[in-house]
Amino acid sequence: MTPIDSFDFYTIWPLTLLTIWACVLLLADLFIPKERKGLTALLSAFGLALTLGFTLAQIGDEGLGFNGMVVLDGFSIFVNALLLVSGLLGVALAYGYVKRMGIERGEYYTLMLFSITGMMLMAQAADLIVVFLALELLSIPLYVLAAFARPKVESEEAGLKYFLLGAFATGFVVYGTALVFGATGTTSIFEIIQKATSSNTSGLLLSIGASLILVGLGFKVAVVPFHMWTPDVYQGAPSAVTAFMSSGAKIAGFAALLRVFATAFPSIATDMTGIFWALSALTMILGNVIAIAQTNIKRLLAYSSIAQAGYILMAFVPYGDPDVAPVSIAAGLFYLVAYAVTNFGAWGVVIALEKSEGRGLEIGDYAGLARKHPALAAAMTVFMLSLIGLPPTVGLVGKIYLFRAVIDGGFYGLAVIGVLTSLVSAYYYLRVVVTMYMRDGEPETERESFLDLTTIVTAVATVVISLVPQFLFAWASSAVLKLF
Amino acid sequence: MNFFLQPLTLLTFFPLLGVLILFFIPSDRKDALRWTALAVSLVTFGISLWVLSMFEPSNPDLQLVAQYDWITVAGWNIQYYLGVDGLSILLVLLTTFLTPISILSTWTAVEERVKDFMVFFLLLEVGMTGVFLAQDLFLFYIFWEFTLVPMYFIIGIWGGPRRIYAAIKFFLYTMAGSILMLLAILWLGIYGGTFSVPELIAQGNIPANVQTWLFLAFTAAFAIKVPMWPLHSWLPDAHVEAPTAGSVILAGVMLKLGTYGFLRFNIPLFPEASIQAAPWIALFATIGIIYGAAVSYAQADVKKLVAYSSVSHLGFVMLGLFALNSQGMQGAILQMINHGLSTGALFLLVGMIYEQTHTRELKVYGGLWKITPVFGTIMLIVALSSMGLPGLNGFVGEFAILLGAFGSQAIGNAWYAAISALGVIMAAVYILYMFQKMFLGPQGEIVDEVKQHGHGIRDLNWREIAIMVPLLILIFWIGLYPKPFFALLAPAVDPLVDSLSTAALAMH
Repeated sequence: MTPIDSFDFYTIWPLTLLTIWACVLLLADLFIPKERKGLTALLSAFGLALTLGFTLAQIGDEGLGFNGMVVLDGFSIFVNALLLVSGLLGVALAYGYVKRMGIERGEYYTLMLFSITGMMLMAQAADLIVVFLALELLSIPLYVLAAFARPKVESEEAGLKYFLLGAFATGFVVYGTALVFGATGTTSIFEIIQKATSSNTSGLLLSIGASLILVGLGFKVAVVPFHMWTPDVYQGAPSAVTAFMSSGAKIAGFAALLRVFATAFPSIATDMTGIFWALSALTMILGNVIAIAQTNIKRLLAYSSIAQAGYILMAFVPYGDPDVAPVSIAAGLFYLVAYAVTNFGAWGVVIALEKSEGRGLEIGDYAGLARKHPALAAAMTVFMLSLIGLPPTVGLVGKIYLFRAVIDGGFYGLAVIGVLTSLVSAYYYLRVVVTMYMRDGEPETERESFLDLTTIVTAVATVVISLVPQFLFAWASSAVLKLF
Repeated sequence: MNFFLQPLTLLTFFPLLGVLILFFIPSDRKDALRWTALAVSLVTFGISLWVLSMFEPSNPDLQLVAQYDWITVAGWNIQYYLGVDGLSILLVLLTTFLTPISILSTWTAVEERVKDFMVFFLLLEVGMTGVFLAQDLFLFYIFWEFTLVPMYFIIGIWGGPRRIYAAIKFFLYTMAGSILMLLAILWLGIYGGTFSVPELIAQGNIPANVQTWLFLAFTAAFAIKVPMWPLHSWLPDAHVEAPTAGSVILAGVMLKLGTYGFLRFNIPLFPEASIQAAPWIALFATIGIIYGAAVSYAQADVKKLVAYSSVSHLGFVMLGLFALNSQGMQGAILQMINHGLSTGALFLLVGMIYEQTHTRELKVYGGLWKITPVFGTIMLIVALSSMGLPGLNGFVGEFAILLGAFGSQAIGNAWYAAISALGVIMAAVYILYMFQKMFLGPQGEIVDEVKQHGHGIRDLNWREIAIMVPLLILIFWIGLYPKPFFALLAPAVDPLVDSLSTAALAMH
């Protein structure tokens, strides 16, 4: 045990700042009058932007903190920056939405900030205990947020469902951690690999422990067969919350999975690769096939987000191959960026069309959007193309990166499943486009400056990043996991 | 040199400027929108002529190359790489030539959402030109997939009654093929360390068993696009439902994206696999020729008849390409152009009469010649050109293809050519059948029907004649004096044939 010094605090400085900001905001919110809760939103956005600045200032630094409990490296900085940008987009989407839906309460933004703190801790966790802690910290505010539209029954149901299944899933993580500890005598991610390669470790116990951790985190990122909660929760929760949690929780969950598996469990890669292969294939197939039958845009996007998780899972399949692992981690990170940008944009359009009492959420309600609001329809088309993986969008570039990793690792079968399910996905994403452009209707939309701004920024980013992805490619590929 | 002032970059992206201008014109100023789009596409055609004037026919290499590093980080090696050679110059010209003609044909046919239409049309031109010019597989794929999007909207918004079904079918069919090609492209990029096509061809060390797989993956994309029998079922739906301008571009240029793909990628990249596949491709091409012709004859809808004739005509192109000798390939490239001109013209003419009668049922037509002599004469010329009458363009291409296929070592069986020759005769049957039904014999019921609603059927107006004249000039020019066209493409075909015979020698 080394005594705690200033560097320890430096490693988690941004997330500490955000925690303090959230606490202060919680108090400050008491003094903000009810009709001016927009101020809370702006203050929280300011806190996020400030934290983002400090996070970016950490680029290039690395080290362990608090006796190997947390880690600061290129990977964590990349993920943290992405999470904070997601938070900003989440606040922008919520700003007008909560007002319009009559659920504008100051806690909304504070809860979001706390959740982001948990997500950031997840990205920096260097110990399985911290992974668990971060998981709880990010989840509990999300349970509350999912039920935020109380007393709406759907929202309450979503919150309860999310809570029960989430708590159940967390149990798996704890149990898996216990088994890993039993097998190796440590919970430190960096020490597990050293212990695992020594002869007196039970490989079977370790594999079971790793699998249970995978199950627990698989719930969070909505991987088939642990996806059952997703459509109901995504549909029942307020749309702005869904937008945030479908991106944020997924980014954090995948970040933790990437770090834990690539750092701690390469020695059991032969066992795990098959599991990842199957989960990925299953998730892509089921997510995409079930999405075809959806008529509600929120459920459609829910299944779409399940399917997207399947694509990201492809990055894990070659994780045990030391030559390919860096490529696949970079591919996974880049795809998370692509997914987050596209996903926020798509939810932005959904929010623009949503009206109180859950109206305006059927795909049929999008009929005629291209005539009435050409820009909104064009933006939605860009997002749909990006989710399919067609040019000129970042979704295509992200998928190509993932497929490269999989082909590089020699998993041709999975690559073929990946492209064929993309074809299936084209069918239902195009249905949205068909409805907007080729059917007549009189859609009503809400125009509100922050919402429009989010939609425009994400749509432009979706196209522009696909044309000049160099910067993000370089950043993602340099954001490798540091081994200590 | 400045990036955007390079001839090929300018040629590819100039229509984007038009798109930008269109955004600033109000949607209800329909004529302004039309004239802007037409002017932009004419300038693009002008740029392509400028490119032609700088093109040296005797040089077999890529010319006017624009090459920059695009994504060269994180182990990627992707270039922005455009170039033109004898294989592509004519197809580029065909694209820029048919686009303004198609735009002109929409003057009265497209009244709804004119702005959107023109935007999609110009975007489509960017994609198509890009496909023909891209020399980097990644860049090629981006353009290739991108062409799907505007065409999907053109069919889906401005098409016929079953337009949505046709648009989605078109989209999913073509995407199904191209995503398999994407995997092959990625494999090649990882294996060769570059996506540059000339570099990959120069490396030329792809193991034979892998070649077969890659060949099949590329073939999946291109064979659907061509379309080769039995993958053609999207074509009649898309062609029939598409608005006239869409059909013209679809048949005139987009089908050529497939045959061009075989020529540019499959054959040079996988020579051994191509030689092995040649008899199979010839078999499918021959079936396609006969099948397409037979089904054409059975159609009651004139647009469907023309659509199915494409299956037959493109069969000839495939047969010529996979003869893998100089005559066959040269004939195939020329036939791509011929089909673009003749079938494009046929779709335009069918569209012109449809605008007046709102029906395409063959049985209601008849005796139009007397009422519309100009229309009839032009239709006759185009019909004869489509069936390959000597003196018109179709003959030159088909003759060279059949000659090549007869003597082809790769196909190794003269029967394919012999049976395919029957296709020429069958083409005469269905084309003349159509012509006779529409223009000769007793007056059809549609004539009176149209008269009841107004002025009756009129002959072509000046705008319509202006659309047809450039096409007719080329039909005669290629038919009577094809030498300058062959001179453009022959120098590029010969080295390809040489490399194929080297590969064939190595295999035996």
